[in-house]
Amino acid sequence: MTLPTAHAEGLILCETCGLVCDPGREPHPHCPRCGTTLHARKVDSIRRTWALLIAAAILYVPANLLPVMSTYTLFNTSHDTIMSGIVYFWNTGSPDLAILIFAVSIFIPLAKILCMVLLLIAAQYGVDKGLRQRALMFRVIEFVGRWSMLDIFVITMTVGMVRFRSLATIDAGPGAAAFGAVVVLTMIAAHTFDPRLIWDRSEKKS
Amino acid sequence: MNDPDLPIQAPDPKVSRAPRWVPSLIWLVPLVAAIIGGTLAVRQIRSTGPTIEIEFATAEGITPGKTKVKYKNVDIGDVTEVHLNDDRTKAVVKVELDHSAEAFAATDSRFWVVRPRLAGATVTGLGTLLSGAYIGVDGGRSKDEQKHFVGLESPPVVTSDEPGKRYVLHADDIGSLDVGAPVYFRRIQVGHLEQFSLDDDGQSITVGIFVRAPYDRFITPETRFWHASGIDLSFDAGGLKLQTQSLATILLGGIAFEPLPGSDVNTPAPEGAEFALAADRSTAVKTPDGPPQTVVFSFRNTVRGLSVGAPIDFHGVTIGQVQSIHLTHDAKTDTYLAPVTAVIYPERLGEAVDSGDAKARAAALVKRGLRAQLRPGNLLTGQMYVALDFFPEAEPAKIAMVEGGAVQLPTVDAEMIEIQTQVRSILKKIEGVPFDEIGKEARDTLVTLNKTLKRLDGVMSDAKTDTLPELKDSLRAISQTLSGDSPTQQDTRAALRAMTDAARALKSLADGLDRNPEMLIRGRSSNK
Repeated sequence: MTLPTAHAEGLILCETCGLVCDPGREPHPHCPRCGTTLHARKVDSIRRTWALLIAAAILYVPANLLPVMSTYTLFNTSHDTIMSGIVYFWNTGSPDLAILIFAVSIFIPLAKILCMVLLLIAAQYGVDKGLRQRALMFRVIEFVGRWSMLDIFVITMTVGMVRFRSLATIDAGPGAAAFGAVVVLTMIAAHTFDPRLIWDRSEKKS
Repeated sequence: MNDPDLPIQAPDPKVSRAPRWVPSLIWLVPLVAAIIGGTLAVRQIRSTGPTIEIEFATAEGITPGKTKVKYKNVDIGDVTEVHLNDDRTKAVVKVELDHSAEAFAATDSRFWVVRPRLAGATVTGLGTLLSGAYIGVDGGRSKDEQKHFVGLESPPVVTSDEPGKRYVLHADDIGSLDVGAPVYFRRIQVGHLEQFSLDDDGQSITVGIFVRAPYDRFITPETRFWHASGIDLSFDAGGLKLQTQSLATILLGGIAFEPLPGSDVNTPAPEGAEFALAADRSTAVKTPDGPPQTVVFSFRNTVRGLSVGAPIDFHGVTIGQVQSIHLTHDAKTDTYLAPVTAVIYPERLGEAVDSGDAKARAAALVKRGLRAQLRPGNLLTGQMYVALDFFPEAEPAKIAMVEGGAVQLPTVDAEMIEIQTQVRSILKKIEGVPFDEIGKEARDTLVTLNKTLKRLDGVMSDAKTDTLPELKDSLRAISQTLSGDSPTQQDTRAALRAMTDAARALKSLADGLDRNPEMLIRGRSSNK
């Protein structure tokens, strides 16, 4: 049984004001109420999402290998990557913190990229199984995405606060930039992905 | 499925699709990401130099990820890993050098751990008290790459960027020297002892020293080195000798050198030249001794006062020294002999004994009366030395070969011993005097004398009681007799008067006779 969809009826939802419009035969329809350009589906969604995801995946490597934070103290200089920070917290008796950082900074970005890849492939080939699970997955991805910026937030805070000249200085490393880019790119990718595509093909098939 | 209510059935719009081969602009994003990622990766790869492994006896103070490798206090690498080697005898420290420090992975680079260290008079590495230890490096010059190093346990005394030369010294013992001990030239510190090691045969020690430029040009093939270690106090047949170099060497020891006087100072010795390290300055500047010859002297008398190291003297020149003193029993003559083994340097005798058949020369010398004799070197300390001298009147003797190539030289008794012998014979004669009997007789005499005196004493006491009153009476009688009015006196006077008369008569008679001799016959003439 197929449910009637707006797309099937030739109607387009205005993404800005939520008005259901009938684009008629306009090649570039606009919302009659707010004037937003109307698209039946997000333009070039799959291709753009792929591009962003690939970029995120590429940057994920330096984000984890390069130091995110450089600490210069009077006696010592250390460069810490995300992983070395986790190991440090684990070894110094804060396993809870270590687990949190691991989850937020390593596991979630990676899981996000993998899930997006899964969604994209499924949408591209019109897999019609587990539609609801994929929809849930997408919702979780969208919700959880912003929390990956926790690391970056901590780093920017400490870099701003710990400035004691030669006594102690903390600098953000190149890894932080890469990591931030990964998070931003996955967020944009999640935004670019049109979840309606999950159903489109499967419905077309049926 | 168009809405049937719509009045106009518009024609389908022409859809012109962008050509598929033109990539969408969105692909610029992953492209930029790839470029950034690639750049970061390339930079990271470019900035990491070779990874090397250094073995240390202990990894004390070395923390992976924290400990740095520093050259002239510039970070050139990080310790990434510390583990034990396979047989658990060493700690292996894995170091990731920076790209710019690639040249430090050379075969002659040296690594050591910089910790606070107190060595001799110097304290080093105080800064590491707070910052923690780091690995110091002395960059090698070699072009050959090496990845595995054995770390030094202490910082090298001389770093490779210091100009100067290294030399090798051979010594009998290390004295009070240690790595880092100073090398002095005219009491200026010009270098350091870098290392020392016992030779494989265990007979001598090889010492490596470094002499800084420009002082290295004073080291010529004719330079002599000696121990300037501590206080050199010797108390031997030559008397008391005290030598020091500087106050620091008294505590730390050191090496001093000096070119031989009159030697050419314009030809510096090449790097790595080998020298002998003498025990003291006087030994160092002595002419080389040439091959030593072991000799044995068998003394029949006591060798008290002769010590190992005592000089062998020939005409006042020390030509060797005593090495050992033993005691043996000669069954043939049932006497005890003291064989003294000594080393002499025949070349010190100059042309008297030069190269050639040393045994024949020695035999000839012995034939001329060469004998060894113990002589007192220092009356104060009672030290003895062995003198070689000619005694033409000595009993003829021959040299003998002892096992081990030693030559046994004949001996004569010491002068002191001759004197002792004479004294002893005098004493023996004195001993021959029968002091016992003499004493006995003297005692007897004394006893007799005593008796006599006792008897005299008795006589005297008898005389006192018996004889004295009588004597007194006699004297009184004499005195009475002699007094002026005593009858005896009167009588005597009368007698004398009578005698005077008689004399007068005689005189008149004599006169008469003189005048009239016929008076004797005719008698006196009456008036004529």
